[in-house]
Formats: sequence, C-alpha cells, structure tokens
Amino acid sequence: MEIPRETLIRMLELMLKIRHFENRVKELFAAGEMPGFVHLYLGQEAIAAGVCATLNQDDYITSTHRGHGHIIAKGADMKYMMAELYGKATGYNKGKGGSQHIAWPGLGILGANGIVSGGIPIATGAAMSARLRKSGQVAVAFFGDGAANEGAFHESLNIAAAFCLPVVYVCENNLYGVGTRQSCVRKIENIADRAAGYGMPGVVVDGNDVLAVYEAAYEAVTRARSGEGPTLIECKTYRWRTHFEGEPDTYRPPEEVEAWMRREPIAPYRRHLIEQGIISASEAEALEQGVIAQVDEAVAFARNSPFPAPESALEDLWA
Amino acid sequence: MREISFSQAIVEATAEEMRRDPNVCVWGLDVGPYGGAFGCTRGLYEEFGPERVFDMPISELGYVGMGVGAAATGLRPIVELQFSDWITLPSDALINQAAKMRYMFGGVLAVPMVLRAPVGGYLAAAGQHSNSYESMFAHIPGLKVVLPSTPYDAKGLLKSAIRDNNTVLFFEHKKLYEIKGPVPQEEYTIPLGKADIKRPGSDVTVVAYAFMVRKALAAAEQLAQEGISVEVLDLRTVSPLDEEAILNSVKKTQRLVIVQETWRRCSVGAEVAAIVAEQALDYLDAPIVRVTARDVPIPFSPVLENYVLPQEADIVAAVRRVVHA
Ligand SMILES: Cc1ncc(C[n+]2csc(CCOP(=O)(O)OP(=O)(O)O)c2C)c(N)n1
Ligand SMILES: [Mg+2]
Repeated sequence: MEIPRETLIRMLELMLKIRHFENRVKELFAAGEMPGFVHLYLGQEAIAAGVCATLNQDDYITSTHRGHGHIIAKGADMKYMMAELYGKATGYNKGKGGSQHIAWPGLGILGANGIVSGGIPIATGAAMSARLRKSGQVAVAFFGDGAANEGAFHESLNIAAAFCLPVVYVCENNLYGVGTRQSCVRKIENIADRAAGYGMPGVVVDGNDVLAVYEAAYEAVTRARSGEGPTLIECKTYRWRTHFEGEPDTYRPPEEVEAWMRREPIAPYRRHLIEQGIISASEAEALEQGVIAQVDEAVAFARNSPFPAPESALEDLWA
Repeated sequence: MREISFSQAIVEATAEEMRRDPNVCVWGLDVGPYGGAFGCTRGLYEEFGPERVFDMPISELGYVGMGVGAAATGLRPIVELQFSDWITLPSDALINQAAKMRYMFGGVLAVPMVLRAPVGGYLAAAGQHSNSYESMFAHIPGLKVVLPSTPYDAKGLLKSAIRDNNTVLFFEHKKLYEIKGPVPQEEYTIPLGKADIKRPGSDVTVVAYAFMVRKALAAAEQLAQEGISVEVLDLRTVSPLDEEAILNSVKKTQRLVIVQETWRRCSVGAEVAAIVAEQALDYLDAPIVRVTARDVPIPFSPVLENYVLPQEADIVAAVRRVVHA
C-alpha cells in the first residue's frame, strides 16, 4: 500500500507528541502539579496515530479514560489539553472536565469518557447522524479490551451492522483492565472474532506497528465512507504504566512488561522511515526537538493560566 | 479499644459473615487477588478461595443482575461496584428486578443481595467519578440504602446488611476509607434504619450522613466556641429513614439544618425536611436550612468542585442563620 510521505511523517510526529506529552504528564503528576487521576497512553501510541492518520478533521472519535493519545492524534493543541489537566480556565473544557473528559467538536472529538464503553454507542450515533445528514463523515470508537465485555459494545455492533453505519470500532487490547488479566474473564482469544456474530469484518493487527494499524484503519474507514458498513479492528498492544498513575504494579509479571517495552512502537518506525529515505536522521531529530518544545510550551501555558472563577461552575449546564 | 480503618472494617465484616455463612460470596471488578480498588476485599481471596471470591469482566448489568438471580436462589452475594457512578448501568437489575421481585410475586421470594459501592467527591475525580446517587435509590420502594460514616458503623451495618433478606445498597465514601476509628474485637451488629446521635446538643439539630457527618462534627466543634450547642444526627440509613430519631431531635432543639453532599432537588434532604414539616412544624423556631451540592455535575478543577460541594464553612453559616433567625 502506497502511503503519502506527509502521512508517514505525520504518524511519526503524532507518536512523538503522545510520547513526550505523556512522559511530561507522568512527571508533573508525580510532582503533585495536577489534581485528580491520570491514565497514561504510553506504549499504545501507534494505535491512535495510525487510526487518526486515516481520518479527516471533521470525522468523529469517541475516546476513553486513557484518552490523551486519541485526542492528540485527532489534532488537539497540547496547550489546551495540558491546561485542562491542570484544571485551568484556558483548558479545552474550562477546567470542568480534566484528564478523563476532554472534548472538542471542532476536531470531531466527542469526548474522552470515564464510563468504560460509554463512547461506543455515542460513536455509533454519530455515524447514524453522518449517514442521515449525508455528510460523508466517519466515526471511530476507541475502547479497551475490558470495554468489549460491556453490553454497550455488543448492542452497538449489532445496530451498526444492521443499519450499515459508517463507524469503525477500534479495540485496544492491552491484556488488562485495571488489575484483572482479561483472558481470565473472557473465553475467546481474539475480540475481533466477535465481529462475525454481528455480521461485520473483524481484523486483528499488531497495535505496536503503526503501518499495520494505518492499513487496517484505512481499509475500514474507506469501507465505512463508501457505505459498506462497520468494521471491528482489534489492536494487540500493552500499556507500559499501571492502570492509573500511582497504582502499585502488583499484578503484571515484570518479564511481560519488559518484553512489551522492547517492542516499543516509535524507534523501529523512525528507523524504517530513515532507511526508506522518507526522512533523514537529522530531520527526525529536528521533528522530535520541535515536539519537545511544544510540550514545554504547553506546560508553561498551563502553569501561567488562571483557574476558572468559582461561580463559573454554575455555567454551561443548559444549552 | 483498637483502631482500624474504614476499609479494614469492611473487610472484617465481610470475612466474619463469610465464615458464619457459606452462602456469602463476593464478586466484582478486581476483588480477587488485587483486593479491590480501595482495598475492601483484601485477604478474602486468600482466605475463601476463587469459589467464593472472584473477579468479573467489566459487565455491570451482567454481574449485578447475576447477583439478583443468585440471591433469589440461596446465595447471599456481596457485589462490589468499583465506583457507584456507574450504578446507572445495572440500574435495571436493581430498580426493576431486585427491588420489585418480592412484592410483585406476592412475597414468594427474596433477594438478599448487598451491593457495595464507593461514593463521593472532594478528589478532583470529575463528573463521572464523584457522584452520590443515594437519593435516586432511596426513592425506590424495596431497596434499602445505607451510608456509614465511621469504621464502627461500617462494620456493624455491613454485617446487618449481609444478613438482611432484602437488597441493600451499601455506599462507602471514598474520603472515609483511610480514616481510622475504634472498633471492638468482639462481634456486634448495628440495625439498619436506625440513626445515631454523633454529638448531643441543645440549640440546633444538624442531620447528616456519610462524609458530611465529619464536616458537621467539625462545624459543631467550631460553633461550640461561639456558645452554640449543635446536635449532630447521623442518619446512617437513608432508606428506610429513622423518622423517630429525626423528630425527637428536632423537637428537642427546635431548629434544623440538613447537610448532604449530593444535589438538592428531590433528595434525601428534601425528604427529611418534608417529614419535619409534616410532623413537627409547630416545634420549629426557624425555617429549615439545607446545605447541599449545587445542582450541576461535579466539575473537575478543585476551585470549581469546592464551590459546588458543601464545605464546613457552609454548615457553620447555616447553623448561625437558624440560631440567630
Ligand atoms: C462502567 C465502568 N465500569 C468500571 C469502570 C472502572 N474502570 C475504569 S478503567 C477500567 C479498565 C478498563 O479496561 P480496558 O477497557 O481494557 O481499558 P484500559 O484501561 O486497559 O485502557 C475500569 C474497570 C468504569 N470506569 N466504568
Ligand atoms: Mg485493557
């Protein structure tokens, strides 16, 4: 498959953005600069980057508690994201949402979600809306392996297939839901096999291979946009960190964590681009330095932003 | 007396009841070897094994609904929800099934299930991890709703909840889990539906429950310096409500402040106020004042969250208002 040069470079940039953003959040959270809880996307960068690289700005996504990566990949400005994580008035959602609840309709981001599986029917509804409005838009639902055991997943897939909706279901199978190894509470190996039960294609891809993710997503998005209906893509991956920052890692064998960290998604892809002559080593380095500067800028912006006025808590309830 | 934390009290109550009755079992997310998101099932898997303590997939309607079926057929399941916020997902199992089965079927069966779930805010956990939905469930005939405020109460009430032949929603405030308090070694239970005077006083009654009891007690301490004697009445169970205890206290102090963490509209506090208005209006020397959350979702940023949720200073101001009315 021929992937345009800009897209190839864009995917590297998106992965680097996610990586550096999340590493900074990790440090800042540990230093007590951010209130609440954060769930990091480290290790899963290739999925958000590969999928979102196939989408237009007005295509929709729904995200999860582990949503920073999806939101960055869909084109969000890290300044406003960081400010939201700090609970500042300048954040995307005025400090009302925080890490788990960032939304920006201008980029098709229908919200990260604190309810596991909460976004899946919402993406399905956005797809129905796109179809009825004949807008040509596609919706993507990102969710975890744990979420695929919720009724909302099963009901949504059935509806989407029955109505041939332009939606792509992207399951990020990182083996765990909090501290429970999901193979202990699910009989089948591949979640993608469930697609057959609803009458849509189910595809398994290496979620740490951004090109494999891109190709699977490209095919699914093309199918959706041309009216051929939904697809379920299962991306095999692993989260590097514990479920949320600060949780002790008592449940994962260290060898497993190490093995997956050796299968890191960014460095091999960067090498591949350099070897293929898509980008030079110095260009890649400059790209990364630019990303780091943007993250620095985002942190400075968040730190220097004001907190919302307390009374603003009463605004935004009603349309 | 020895002191243990609120979460240890939950573990102890569960373990004691599991030893006493082989039909008591525990399931939910991460309740097995992990020990529960807030440590409330720690050690149970090790003591009772995977037959009686087991992890579920993330399938709330499935595993809470299963609790109803298991309870109707001889088990006494304790089902843990990781946060009560998504009690919305299995609410059909609770509202249309568990709450109604006994009555609808003319009393021929019972659903002795306990649903344990953390509630509450003040943690910058935002709109889907900070809620207290007890008022919605207190509205449903056929469900009991318990919200303890101390380790002692938590242990005694949970044991009663497990032995109760009805479905009991047992809500635990996240800010209380680590707080320690005296709990005797000897076995005891606390009946459901009985309020408790946490601090006797004569000038004003402050009705509260769950984490708000601590805020009310702190406010009472501060008000004592001003010479105001506050009686803090801890409801402990919001359904059924201990009407007698509320009325007795109000008849004594003749002033009432109601404190709850959750929203104002159609809430437990509204019910308490209505009961007093219907049955003890003549005793009141001042209008009832309610201290509640403001009626918006719980926002993330602490400056906003603190504005939305009730604070100790709000209780102090409310008490002054009714006392000086
Ligand atoms: C309905 C619901 N149930 C449980 C939770 C608690 N919870 C938050 S994230 C999570 C694990 C989700 O696992 P998965 O879907 O695999 O996503 P991952 O965290 O692995 O990215 C759980 C159980 C929740 N937020 N919502
Ligand atoms: Mg997972």
